[in-house]
Amino acid sequence: MGMTMTQKILAAHCGLESVSAGQLINARLDIVLGNDITTPVAINEFNKANFDKVFDKDRIAIVLDHFVPNKDIKAAEQSKSCREFSNAHEISHFYDVGKMGIEHALLPEQGVVTAGDCIIGADSHTCTYGALGAFSTGVGSTDMAAGMSSGMAWFKVPSAIKVNLVGSLPSNCSGKDVILTLIGMIGVDGALYKSLEFVGEGIKSLSMDDRLCICNMVIEAGAKNGIFPIDEITRAYLDGRSEREPIFYEADKDAVYEKTIDIDLSKIFPTVACPHLPENTRRANELSHIKIDQVVIGSCTNGRLSDMEAAYKILNKNKIADGVRCIIIPATMQILRECVTRGWYTAFIDAGAVVSTPTCGPCLGGYMGILAKGERCIATTNRNFVGRMGHPESEVYLASPYTAAMSAITGYITEYEGDK
Amino acid sequence: MMKTQGNVFKYQDNVDTDVIIPARYLNTPDANELALHCMEDIDKEFVKNVSVGDIIVAGQNFGCGSSREHAPLVIKTCGVGCVIAKSFARIFYRNAINIGLPILECPDCVDEISANDELFVDFDTGIIKNITSNKEYLAQPFPDFIQNIIKSGGLLASIGKDND
Repeated sequence: MGMTMTQKILAAHCGLESVSAGQLINARLDIVLGNDITTPVAINEFNKANFDKVFDKDRIAIVLDHFVPNKDIKAAEQSKSCREFSNAHEISHFYDVGKMGIEHALLPEQGVVTAGDCIIGADSHTCTYGALGAFSTGVGSTDMAAGMSSGMAWFKVPSAIKVNLVGSLPSNCSGKDVILTLIGMIGVDGALYKSLEFVGEGIKSLSMDDRLCICNMVIEAGAKNGIFPIDEITRAYLDGRSEREPIFYEADKDAVYEKTIDIDLSKIFPTVACPHLPENTRRANELSHIKIDQVVIGSCTNGRLSDMEAAYKILNKNKIADGVRCIIIPATMQILRECVTRGWYTAFIDAGAVVSTPTCGPCLGGYMGILAKGERCIATTNRNFVGRMGHPESEVYLASPYTAAMSAITGYITEYEGDK
Repeated sequence: MMKTQGNVFKYQDNVDTDVIIPARYLNTPDANELALHCMEDIDKEFVKNVSVGDIIVAGQNFGCGSSREHAPLVIKTCGVGCVIAKSFARIFYRNAINIGLPILECPDCVDEISANDELFVDFDTGIIKNITSNKEYLAQPFPDFIQNIIKSGGLLASIGKDND
């Protein structure tokens, strides 16, 4: 029986010729990831278990990104514990303030993760790296501790849903509209425990940033991982970037899928997920009566260079509406630097936005844009659960950078009309 | 080995990890401190009312969202003896097993159990007894591989055993 792309990668990492859905395996890990919230818990578990060394100092990535620069004394203690552990174990991929970025934008950018990898991260959006043709999934801190010590993790081999993409996106849409549309179709548990494998001639019209965004949010449909096949766009992205040799896997012709979902990209429209679930999707122009107090453009979902470019296209020589706070957060230092070099940073300030150094901050209601009771935000982030960005009675609407930036200048949820 | 008896706290589908433990409190890994805020965004009374051995019963996709292990950890620290749901989000499921919080999938029984019912749960056999309504259910058993992790007292303890 043929294997899916995910199953091929898992088989290769557990030393078996083939694996099938439902099989429990112990797989070798290429990268084990943690952040400043999940790593301190993993360090506690690592120490409690009396582990004394990590399996490979070059295969562990610890990124301080959620609450840095430290938002308070307790957050500072958590960062300190990550720093001390990384120093003690000579972790080569330790990213502190000044070098850090939001983990899921940073690791692909820096070439730390690559095609063919098997990756676990103590962060649910670790599924992002499927865009590069890797198997990558989120786990908890105990799995991180075990992975740091043994370089191994157990998995149940997932079955898969094939997502067949055709056509190309309208100029007012991006990868975010594709993944929100898919989550709206199948629901927040529509791919529970499964892989979402994206295929079809439509993928060639999706940039790497679009693919990273799409794979980033497969967890919001409950998926174990999302994955794209290797093509010229993958090769061009990885070339000169990967610090290890990428390995290209492809699904067998006779791979078994539970079902196929067809999406015509040319029919995608600007999509918004309404409170309080990512599956509550509507066309943006049906929500033009929704008045907003805040806009956030950034996060591991949409803080990449093309997202900043989308914001620039709309905000340049425009003004943020009165009564709206617009917060723009480039996801890595490199992206931030590009925004400065290209003059986008100045355009954002002139429009009346604020620009922050990289942080997950507002996405998870940590800091840097917390909402008061009754306030509404349109955000390019990934979750709109109760209390996600602040007060339990505040609201988050999820959208693309185009829709978020347009809404910033009108003060209401507004579609971008696209390139004329 | 593991049994629990207590009162039911009942919740709907898609209880996410942000409401189980809001991220605004995640500036500490201290379980006792975190547990003071368990479920507070959907049930302010939970921490006040929960007693050791009590049981959370919920719908589909319990624990969806963030990978934070703090979520099963605060539920366990509050004294909850078991979580029963129609289904669990996969990272929560994995984390609960890894840290030794008993969970059971039982799609059939959830709709027939009400808040404040008294349940008896035998985690080894998967038998769920509703003492209030005098009905009995059988939850889906775990695969042996996962049973071993649970019986060892969590993932790290089970790895330790393998090495011995």
